[in-house]
Amino acid sequence: MTTFEYAPALESRSIVTIKPEYGHFINGAFVDGVDHFATINPANEEILSRIALGNAEDIDRAVDAARVAYEATWSKMPGKERGKYLYRIARIMQERAREFAVLESLDNGKPIRESRDIDIPLAGAHFFYHAGWADKLDYAGLGHAPRPHGVAGQIIPWNFPLLMLAWKIAPALAAGNTVVLKPAETTPLTALLFAQVCQQAELPAGVVNIVTGDGRTGSALVDHPGVDKIAFTGSTDVGKAIARAIAPTKKKATLELGGKGANIVFDDAPIDETVEGIVNGIFFNQGHVCCAGSRLLLQENIAEEVLAKLKVRMAKIRVGDPLDKNTDLGAINSAAQLGKIRELATSGDSEGAQRWSPACSLPKNGFWFAPTIFTGVTQAHRIAREEIFGPVLSVLTFRTPAEAIEKANNTPYGLSAGVWSEKGSRILWATQQLKAGVIWANTFNKFDPASPFGGYKESGWGREGGRHGLTAYLKSAEAQQ
Amino acid sequence: MNERLEVKKTYKLFIGGAFPRSESGRTYEAKGPDGAFIANSSLASRKDLRDAVVAARNAQIRWAGATAYNRGQILYRIAEMLEGRRAQFATEIAALDGISLQEAELEVHTAIDRWVWYAGWSDKLAAINGSTNPVAGPFYNFTIPEPMGVIGAIAPENQSLLGLVDAIAPIIVSGNTTVVLASTRAPLPAMTFAEVLATSDLPAGVCNILTGQKSELAPWFASHMDIDGLDISGVDESSRSDIKIAGVENLKRIHVFDGATTPQRIFAFMEAKTVWHPIGV
Repeated sequence: MTTFEYAPALESRSIVTIKPEYGHFINGAFVDGVDHFATINPANEEILSRIALGNAEDIDRAVDAARVAYEATWSKMPGKERGKYLYRIARIMQERAREFAVLESLDNGKPIRESRDIDIPLAGAHFFYHAGWADKLDYAGLGHAPRPHGVAGQIIPWNFPLLMLAWKIAPALAAGNTVVLKPAETTPLTALLFAQVCQQAELPAGVVNIVTGDGRTGSALVDHPGVDKIAFTGSTDVGKAIARAIAPTKKKATLELGGKGANIVFDDAPIDETVEGIVNGIFFNQGHVCCAGSRLLLQENIAEEVLAKLKVRMAKIRVGDPLDKNTDLGAINSAAQLGKIRELATSGDSEGAQRWSPACSLPKNGFWFAPTIFTGVTQAHRIAREEIFGPVLSVLTFRTPAEAIEKANNTPYGLSAGVWSEKGSRILWATQQLKAGVIWANTFNKFDPASPFGGYKESGWGREGGRHGLTAYLKSAEAQQ
Repeated sequence: MNERLEVKKTYKLFIGGAFPRSESGRTYEAKGPDGAFIANSSLASRKDLRDAVVAARNAQIRWAGATAYNRGQILYRIAEMLEGRRAQFATEIAALDGISLQEAELEVHTAIDRWVWYAGWSDKLAAINGSTNPVAGPFYNFTIPEPMGVIGAIAPENQSLLGLVDAIAPIIVSGNTTVVLASTRAPLPAMTFAEVLATSDLPAGVCNILTGQKSELAPWFASHMDIDGLDISGVDESSRSDIKIAGVENLKRIHVFDGATTPQRIFAFMEAKTVWHPIGV
């Protein structure tokens, strides 16, 4: 039988223009930073640009601009006018979608297939969805004429840079807040391109401010007394630090934190679809997904069959150049993250689990980790308890449905879970028992602006998306603060 | 002729459907505004709190698994039992607060009516705070509110019965179980309330009531890793920040309520769960 090999199908990067240096976007204009750091392409370690390192004065200026814009313009503007600005932004993002996609893949390392088909369209959809809310806030469930909080300080992660920006900015603006957003240190470029979109949309100055930087910049934003509301997506440790920092204040917070999602496969599951779902659950976006299905729970009597098919499927995962349209698994986002994945994988070896990866050649430069599964994992292993945030799947087994639920819920996290079965009543029973904010039944890693997302327990506070997410940016007219 | 000698009540704790004394053996004096002794009240310890959390956790899955209709009926039954004890509550409140019986009765009536209001929410929460979400793909997607688990509450000092009702009802109507610390100053109506719970059909452990020192116990509520949420409306404003910081260890959902009677108070201790399922033949 003849087999065909894939030929490289590179997406051109000529559509993007990256300046050698960027400042912050404050009060509608780009302003120079004082110190700078490099943002690199994790697929080859090429320096893409030099980015301003935001300090306390930058945060001060940005919060002041957001406050003035809030008081003078945005909170006074009728909802339907705010909505039209959001529609404009959504449309411009759609028009410039390819540019965003290429830039995202360059800065983040994710496959162009994912940035082009998932991240960027969903980011635009979030603005489109929330645009329609801006003049319908009376129906958000908080009574007549709910009010925004004021200035929102928003800190986003590097795994879905533009999409997380959209999750944060779109509902904040629709509700009438103004924002200061800090993108992740390693992935600031699409946020800076978004600043240009705000200019093209003629968004009033100060409504959106973007200050780039690292953890110190984020701390300055969290601690700033002019901020009324914090929205953070990132690690549970940082989320807890933020919760402590704002405890003495009246600041509100939404936290989207870590996860260790269980993907449960019952013995009546459709095996081939399930294998696709397992792969999507853990290898989507290099496993840099807080809601990844990183713990696979297989019913014992089908475990061998599922694992055999999973290995055949994993051998077909194409690892390599993020700009190649055939690529399934791109680069790990940073050297630091690669180090963390390696350390946890090594703990899997030393604690007695069995590691398996398909044969695949990884590029010489850049940060790479082959798709990996560990079998023989027990509940006590670190790789079953700690979030790896990489393409590493821990496989456990169970005998009874009750045991599956007990293992699935045996974690301080509660963000996501998966259930695979052909039996409707069993799916509904399992989704009822699982302590998780998002449950995918016979699918995995699906997202939509109309669908609330967020976790139980230590996976965070609040929801993003849908009506539930919108309410995080509103308070009732009677609320005292 | 001798006047009949009154049989006085021993006020204990309410844990797992039983009335134990504090394991510490401690009591404190509940007094009227004039400082006159009214009764000894149990001074609960950290260990009593931990026992109460175990009872609440053991009862939670079954309580949440009861039908909303059933929970509503049980809560309404509690209102019926409260009604029969109006005079007792009013007497206790009048003595503790130094107010007239008529004024005390007003609080009792408000408390009972408030309880009925919350009871009726059990089978309407999902309609008000749930949704089906029109996602852009062939999926059925819905969001339902679910109880969080075990919720602690520090009841306010004043309005010892109404404040207690406002703390307990919105927590348990959705399927949470609770451990409540009653008003330190006026703990007696809370234990009479516990007698009502014990003689209604509320399963043991769903509502556990402690009496004791707020300053001693509130920090242990905050740091307990098996309490999912905490109502600190009864904690002094100056202590709230420390309580919130202690609660960060398990990212406890901590809320202060402004006294408004609103379903938001119920939703504050519920989680939204979103489920996706493909549609296809």
